[in-house]
Amino acid sequence: MDLRFGDSKPTDEERDAVDALLGAPESAWEGADDRSDADLRWARGGRAARKRRDLLLPGLHALNDRVGWISEGGLGYLCRRLTVPPAEAYGVATFYSLFSLKPRARTVVRVCTDLACAVRGAREPAEFGSAEGVEVEGSPCLGLCERAPAVWVVRAGGPGGASPDPAPSRNRGSAPDPAPQTPEGLTCSSTSSSPSWGSPLLLKSSGEFEDEPRSGDSGVQGRQPAGAPGLILLRRAGVVDPGSLDDYRAHGGYVALRRAFALGPAEVIREVTDAGLLGRGGAAFPTGRKWQATASQPDHPHYLVCNADESEPGTFKDRVLMEGDPYALVESMTIAAYAVGASHGYLYLRGEYPQALRTMEHAITQARARGLLGDDILGQGFAFDIEIRRGAGAYICGEETALFNSIEGYRGEPRAKPPFPVEKGLFGKPTAANNVETLVNVLPILTMGAQAYAAIGTPKSTGPKLFCVSGAVARPGVYELPFGATLGDLLGLAGPADNLRAILLGGAAGGFVRPDELDIPLTFEGTRDAGTTLGSGVVLAIDDSVPLPRLLLRVAEFFRDESCGQCVPCRVGTVRQEEALHRIADRTGAAAADDIALLRDVGQAMRDASICGLGQTAWNAVESAIDRLGAYE
Amino acid sequence: MTAIPLQPPRRLVEFTLDGEPVRVPEGGTILDACRAAGKDVPTLCEGDTLKPKNACRVCVVEVEGARTLAPACSRRAEAGMAVRTDTERTRHSRRLVLELLASSVDLSTTPRAAAWLKEYAAKPDRFGADAARLDEEPRVDNDLYVRDYDKCILCYKCVDACGEQWQNSFAISVVGRGFDARIAVEHDAPLTDSACVYCGNCVEVCPTGALSFKSEFDMRAAGTWDEAAQTETTTVCAYCGVGCNLTLHVQDNEIVKVTSPHDSPVTHGNLCIKGRFGYQHVQNRD
Repeated sequence: MDLRFGDSKPTDEERDAVDALLGAPESAWEGADDRSDADLRWARGGRAARKRRDLLLPGLHALNDRVGWISEGGLGYLCRRLTVPPAEAYGVATFYSLFSLKPRARTVVRVCTDLACAVRGAREPAEFGSAEGVEVEGSPCLGLCERAPAVWVVRAGGPGGASPDPAPSRNRGSAPDPAPQTPEGLTCSSTSSSPSWGSPLLLKSSGEFEDEPRSGDSGVQGRQPAGAPGLILLRRAGVVDPGSLDDYRAHGGYVALRRAFALGPAEVIREVTDAGLLGRGGAAFPTGRKWQATASQPDHPHYLVCNADESEPGTFKDRVLMEGDPYALVESMTIAAYAVGASHGYLYLRGEYPQALRTMEHAITQARARGLLGDDILGQGFAFDIEIRRGAGAYICGEETALFNSIEGYRGEPRAKPPFPVEKGLFGKPTAANNVETLVNVLPILTMGAQAYAAIGTPKSTGPKLFCVSGAVARPGVYELPFGATLGDLLGLAGPADNLRAILLGGAAGGFVRPDELDIPLTFEGTRDAGTTLGSGVVLAIDDSVPLPRLLLRVAEFFRDESCGQCVPCRVGTVRQEEALHRIADRTGAAAADDIALLRDVGQAMRDASICGLGQTAWNAVESAIDRLGAYE
Repeated sequence: MTAIPLQPPRRLVEFTLDGEPVRVPEGGTILDACRAAGKDVPTLCEGDTLKPKNACRVCVVEVEGARTLAPACSRRAEAGMAVRTDTERTRHSRRLVLELLASSVDLSTTPRAAAWLKEYAAKPDRFGADAARLDEEPRVDNDLYVRDYDKCILCYKCVDACGEQWQNSFAISVVGRGFDARIAVEHDAPLTDSACVYCGNCVEVCPTGALSFKSEFDMRAAGTWDEAAQTETTTVCAYCGVGCNLTLHVQDNEIVKVTSPHDSPVTHGNLCIKGRFGYQHVQNRD
């Protein structure tokens, strides 16, 4: 490998941003300006340098956070530091929508254009006008659906710059700060914790921005009213101080981990299997079986990955959990790692969740300082630590193998399965990848016992479930109900609008149902029997204020934008579907019949022949609208 | 003398292919079995010298019990699996893949594309006159080869050949996302500003003619390219002692391009800039 880095030089600001992440370069081989005699005597690099490839994405974030965009000089310097070919780094940087490779204003206003915001009267990005030093961009769902319409303001730079990725010790050779930190900076909107990150803003009807109201509460928005009886997953969110480990322990924290250590890894897996826990990210795979398959792999090391890249439009449950009860995720990741024999865990956190990033960073730092992460957790001789990796705007990275590629510093393109992640996952090693909500369910399984947990819900869908209710309802938010409640029960709690036209279950990859189908039981098997899906728990109520064809067009646009482009059925198929939906936006009946036949033809091939779940499900929602709601009739 | 690489004996995996029992060596793919059984499965992104990327999805087959179709090129054969290559579902997906490609990409120089479109009764025009196409102009920025990305199906073979699978130059990558994804060097610069070493190994593996010798590109533009009139002569490169095999493609007593046999144990189809492009001295008649 004889890399050619080009002649562009980084600015001092860019060099500083990269060095803040990676430390100062040790030699000219790594991008130092002055070449010493020692540099001429031996070459550095090789495997050791290439092993740091996974720092490419954090490095791109560092540049983009500081300057607002990634220049040739900045990218070249980062490549030199990490021994990454510039063409590959360019390919990675252009993959993510939060990065810009062209000069861009320091302040970027990202306007959600997705369904929940559309139903709540969001305006188009073009209607925002312009201002000096501000750019307005459209964005897919920001995960703030309970407060729709939403925009997100990102400001680059800031004094000293932010280090949004908690640089783990191996990156810099410095030990993590052992001093206990006060939880300041968590509940205030922006202080020293991360100056480069804008707060999510509420969009007022006048069109002015107003900082999110955070005083008084603990920063948790959009959950069921506090104190509702019987809450299991949400019992702490909004009740405890998310910045306080003591508060977490006072509310039952770290009981489950102690029980796990008492049981041993094999028994933990048995409990989770007996509890019947199914994955909550959308695929409903049995968690116990996944853990067992990972734990039994002879290849080492094993990895644990928590998929917090919650990007399905209309989904925000994982954000509410991470913002309101971050230690619960730290504890459950520790238990999962103990069960599958992993000593290193990655939390892949959606790039659009600045507040969740802050709470999780703080919680991990605190847990580390108190011996709840590290070399000897609770004196049990078990070593485990968590590294946060921030996504950069790519729905596809919620697909587990795409997520692995993203962490490893490659384009977030899904891999072919088999081999499955339990056999060859992150860095080619056995990996258990679980959704946030799935992991958090492990805590009640261990504290209540598998039998008591399995008694909740239905025999095939056990336990409590979080639902993300948004759109045309009086009280949008995350609702926790035991499996088995009907769609009507849930909407009854949230106060549906009178003129409901449809309900979208499962997000853009899910399906629409009619308002007269409220007796559908919200279980994996109940929705399947009804010919729809529970997906990630999205329940998006749609009234007649927005024309259905416009919503369907937005779904198609979403998949066109988010297709990674690797396989033909998805790359071209999503474009052809969007074109067809454009043509029939104002047509019905016979005038739309040809294009609907075309949509079905393309949709079938996408479902059968796409590499991953994105292409396979991209046509679901539109198909259900045609078949179930009678769109275009 | 032909070198025959010695390998440890491999067990055979037995499964059913279109109802007939077949056996392939362990680790072999469904496509290996199809080819051994004489079944014609269309392929585009599969390459005999590269690991399959399974991006084009034109080789899909139906595996009994699976929810989706499987790419024959990369799905390993497993004992007891039942595979069907010619069902309504496989024909539908193959037809759609061909239609989607032909409606967005120029397949005029893709070998066999026209025959497959006919075989599967594909109608690329059905997406309408306004269907989005790649709409790329040929990039002629050096004297050796041309990149005409209007013909690119994004099979990743050139990227793999340039990168870790063969050349280790890493001069090109897939950039952008979705329909806007393209093959490019960093910052989409001209090739001459990149890490390209002009080995031409990307041209060797390109399945659509998106990458072609400048000589071939010019002759096609002039209407003088005539493959039927060409002879192929395999010889040994005279530049160094490695002994790479060259195949000289000659038309009207002029070398018009140079390839290398993919089964050559020395090159596996790869050459360097001298072997691939440095043939002018042979036909210097002064």
